[in-house]
Amino acid sequence: MSDTLPDTLPDPLDELDGDEPAIQLLPLDAWHRARGGRMVPFAGYEMPVQYEGIMAEHLWTRESAGLFDVSHMGQVGLTGDGIDAAAVAAALEQVLPGDVAGLAPTRIRYSLLLNDEGGILDDLMVTTLPEEGAHPFGAASHYVVVNGATKYDDLAYLLDVLPDDVTLNLMEDQALLAVQGPKAVAAVARLVPGVEALVFMTAGAFAWNGHALWISRSGYTGEDGVEISIPAEAAAAFADAICAEPEVKPIGLGARDSLRLEAGLPLYGHDLDPETTPVMADLGFALSKRRREAADFAGAARILAERTDGPAVKRVGLSVAGRQPVREGASVVDADGAVIGRVTSGGFAPSVGAPIAMAYVPAALAEAGTPLRLVQRGKIHEAVVAPLPFVPHRYVRAGGK
Amino acid sequence: MSRYFTEDHEWVDVDGDTGTVGISDYAQGQLGDIVFVDVPEAGKQLGKGDEAAVVESVKAASDVYAPVSGTVTEGNAALADDPSLVNSDPEAEGWFFKITLSDPAELETLMDEAAYADFVAKL
Repeated sequence: MSDTLPDTLPDPLDELDGDEPAIQLLPLDAWHRARGGRMVPFAGYEMPVQYEGIMAEHLWTRESAGLFDVSHMGQVGLTGDGIDAAAVAAALEQVLPGDVAGLAPTRIRYSLLLNDEGGILDDLMVTTLPEEGAHPFGAASHYVVVNGATKYDDLAYLLDVLPDDVTLNLMEDQALLAVQGPKAVAAVARLVPGVEALVFMTAGAFAWNGHALWISRSGYTGEDGVEISIPAEAAAAFADAICAEPEVKPIGLGARDSLRLEAGLPLYGHDLDPETTPVMADLGFALSKRRREAADFAGAARILAERTDGPAVKRVGLSVAGRQPVREGASVVDADGAVIGRVTSGGFAPSVGAPIAMAYVPAALAEAGTPLRLVQRGKIHEAVVAPLPFVPHRYVRAGGK
Repeated sequence: MSRYFTEDHEWVDVDGDTGTVGISDYAQGQLGDIVFVDVPEAGKQLGKGDEAAVVESVKAASDVYAPVSGTVTEGNAALADDPSLVNSDPEAEGWFFKITLSDPAELETLMDEAAYADFVAKL
């Protein structure tokens, strides 16, 4: 038995090749090992792929709550040097197509870091911070969380394109812990009273045992939950405390990947890359109205033309017939067997009980219900374009409940 | 009946010239939750080391190689309905296929149970 099939089948948990430094350890490295985490290299770090098993961890997160260590991600504070927060927002808007200027303090927006051709260099979350002293990130006016595998490249790009009077601080002394699932906020609220008042895509400052926390009601599973920025030295004690709550178990990268796939959320380096635009990726919601009208962001001409005329290819969800997973790298073929698209993520979906995938296909074949054929290792699999997400999102929004 | 193991974590039980092949308990533990198994059909000719079956976990796909040469007589149909048998009972009910050995001398190149246990302990 081989560990994994080579070449034709990249391990879905492998990250892009990069020029990041040698493998790093998370602040919670010893904690994961003590909890039975099976550690694998990912995004330049040793990370837990699973504890008790991917399937059980996935289903537990959907019905209860899971703790995910996402400290590999880049937490960046942006500070204006002699310029105000509005000027920092304006600088960011050169390379993000979202409305950052209009993002009120404590509000979070999903956005995309774009190159001059409108290609996606990363996907990220940007938060406008309240006044200095009302958050733990010093004098920063904006807090940006980027992918772990791309954080050093992102910083190099931002240093290049942002004006010199914007200072970037990669806060490697902060851990980032996500608690996700329908019971996540109730469990966290027992440790951090008041957190339940946040709604989806808002954030606030809290404290636990004398440690400053910055908590965002957001995540990458499709479930309700929070992401907690905490000083690295306090992370293990907090992880112990939250996992002592009966609803919460530690969850590895394997389930994180299957949860986000079911939620229809793209993974950078797999479903998104510099050759992909926001319109191709079906992330048009990240193009804020004011920014579309002003057409003043990197790659705007191309992206807005694609938005009007339709992209050549589009990211879609696929329901795969049978039981065999069809994974990243499989081809989408037409009736004559010609390759017309590519699977960018795929696997067995525990909550769906069947294999699912994401792929890029010609826009004419992107309509839900369109039958498609996939080829993996010489074998044909029938599939049909499925609406995203595969599992409904259960975010707690303002005015909801 | 004797049981032999490969360094690729297949096992084969040999009874006369018939072998029953599966993957070891260690292997299923490494793979994690198994969601699909593609077993060879009766009549398929396999050489020792040929790709014989595919086992897919939530995480990844893996090849299973023929531990001996021969002709497949049966694939385990139960795995189509319940691939998790490979997790719950890898070295009995979770067998992959039966094969008629064409060269029983190949067994001498495999490990016995004790040697395999030593091999796994060093991984």
